[in-house]
Amino acid sequence: MNDFLIILEGSLVAVSCGLLGVYLILRKMAMVGDAISHAVLPGIVIAYLVAQSRSSFFTLLGAAMFGLLTTFMIEVFYKKARIQSDASIGITFTWLFAIGVILVSAFSGNVDLDQECVLYGDIAYVPFDTLYLFSMDLGPAPVWLQAINLVAILIMLKVGHRGFLITSFDPSFSSGLGIKTDTWHYVLMGAVSFTVVLSFNAVGAILVVAFLVVPPATAYLISKQVETMMAYTVLFGILSAVMGFYLATWWNASISGAMAVAAGIIFVLVFAAKRLFVRQQKKESMALVELKSS
Amino acid sequence: MGGNFTWVMIGCALIGAGASAVGVFSFLRKQALVGDAVAHALLPGVVLAFMVTGQKDIWILFPGAFVAGWLGLLSIDFISKYSKIKSDTAIAIVLTVFFAVGIVLLTHVQQSNYGNQSGLEAFLFGKAAAMLPADITLFVVVDTALILLIVLTYRYLKLYSFDPDFAKAIGLPVKGIQFILSSLTVLAVASGIQAVGVVLMAALIITPAAAARFFTGRLSHMIILAMIIGIVSSMMGVYISSLAEGMPTGPWIVMVMSIIAIMAFIFAPGKGMLQRSIKRKAHQQKVRRENLLKLFYSLEEKNEEQFFSRPQLLRSRRFRGRELELLLNKLTGKGFLFREENRYGLTDHGRSEATRVVRLHRLWELYLNERMNIAPDHVHHDAEAIEHIITPELEHMLLKDLGYPELDPHSSEIPGIKDMKR
Repeated sequence: MNDFLIILEGSLVAVSCGLLGVYLILRKMAMVGDAISHAVLPGIVIAYLVAQSRSSFFTLLGAAMFGLLTTFMIEVFYKKARIQSDASIGITFTWLFAIGVILVSAFSGNVDLDQECVLYGDIAYVPFDTLYLFSMDLGPAPVWLQAINLVAILIMLKVGHRGFLITSFDPSFSSGLGIKTDTWHYVLMGAVSFTVVLSFNAVGAILVVAFLVVPPATAYLISKQVETMMAYTVLFGILSAVMGFYLATWWNASISGAMAVAAGIIFVLVFAAKRLFVRQQKKESMALVELKSS
Repeated sequence: MGGNFTWVMIGCALIGAGASAVGVFSFLRKQALVGDAVAHALLPGVVLAFMVTGQKDIWILFPGAFVAGWLGLLSIDFISKYSKIKSDTAIAIVLTVFFAVGIVLLTHVQQSNYGNQSGLEAFLFGKAAAMLPADITLFVVVDTALILLIVLTYRYLKLYSFDPDFAKAIGLPVKGIQFILSSLTVLAVASGIQAVGVVLMAALIITPAAAARFFTGRLSHMIILAMIIGIVSSMMGVYISSLAEGMPTGPWIVMVMSIIAIMAFIFAPGKGMLQRSIKRKAHQQKVRRENLLKLFYSLEEKNEEQFFSRPQLLRSRRFRGRELELLLNKLTGKGFLFREENRYGLTDHGRSEATRVVRLHRLWELYLNERMNIAPDHVHHDAEAIEHIITPELEHMLLKDLGYPELDPHSSEIPGIKDMKR
């Protein structure tokens, strides 16, 4: 049962992150996802210090606010200070992360957050964080939260699909049509921060990026439409969660790390298959050309 | 602390200097985040080196890190070259997947019998405060080599960073230069990671370079300035973190560095946000003043009157809120306008200024029409903007070029030409 819960949690994280990651990749903002996942740390610590509990509404709120702050800071550096975008991303997230680590060390007596958990999470403890309602055992709270978040994301994508799509592919055209490009941008970024924070306990700051980026990128290799890309993302996400879990138990290593490695392996396989396929096609067409010319 | 404290200071200063110098090149080639990816990609190399040799000696782990970092770099290039994936996504993929492999290896080592592995985590978070003289020797060697290499190949690196195509065209060994630059990045990251850890390494590469860019446009100055920022913030970071028990060094270094950089973004002369916004405001004010004077001039032309009330002014041009009132007060105070009861009129001084602006406007319209072949009904907007910018020298050139004309394309008089001829 615990194994199933861990895989379920991993799959939920992979699917929620992956679906948002599709848009991050299409908007060429993969590294913004990375930045957000690091920069929410001070938000978590501050909310923790204020509310004195770890899995609370406040933590989510604090972290989501810092996620939005991150995107906002990147925008300010880029537009107002005219720093090239990659440098604005790097400066913003390292600074916020440094603040977070300093806060953790300064209040290490009061904060139940260690640095390693921040980096790679502890998904193995997910089944033991039980949710009680009217003293009824409802199963692990993180899984419930993650499932609710996934439903919210699905609704958001369903309702806002056209908006996200058009602002991703042609921002200037869509602002020309009177669509509020900035609003869609911040809605997406808000969802990313929220999801990253929810996944933080389970998979940590750096590996959450693997779920945000790697399955969608794998799907991107072999799809031409956003809908197919999303379907493949869901498939690859769940596959990496399952594979990763067994890899980790077999080799006695970090589960979330192994899930990210599995995502990487799938990427390499698809990448290689695609290359072979393309080469094969090229050869065939070359042969065809030769045949015709001879 | 005592002696050890000095060692840590020296070690971090060296690391800061090396990483900042290399960072300038990454920054200029818009590859700032590649350093971040390399930092993460080192981890599996470090852990593998430990697993194979069973030793934690830095002289053994360092080559492992170096090789893994290089592999990471190559993978980024490979992915973005041989698929439709964009480079930022390729960076993110390599960063997380390599790091995940490192974490898996690390946790595997921790949970199995590999002897004393504690201390490998130092690569994750940095261990500046626990640096040993042996580590310092490595940094001295690596960072001196880095800086020497930059000095020796400076001319080629410079050319390549600004214009790789040109470098290739004149027959420079572009592949070799690229190899040197990549090796510099990996070396700088592999040594810097000891001080600040995986995540914050990106700051050592990017932040000093970005700050230095605000003060200078010359590459050599930029490198030196970035190195100074790197050294100063490393030393201050070490000092601040030594003040309280259990304070991490790396984050404080990054903290100091970021504050210096943000100060530079805001207050730097010329390119800083503050000065640019002051300049912009001043220009806006100038535009508004000149537009109001122009309005008086054109009303005089139309109405054969000299004094106009506020409602009259408001009818001919739109003003926001109290804008008109403030402008009128300001221009009256400066002696461009004078007030008679509720009405305002141009002083001599004001009229000559208004004449100048109107002249520039009409001159430019004529220039666009005659020299650029733009239709008379399309020239107004452009002239509205340029009339506030044209300098007296430019005005003289326009006058000469157009032969001291009297009429603009709309057959309105270009005022004050006679006075200009003298």
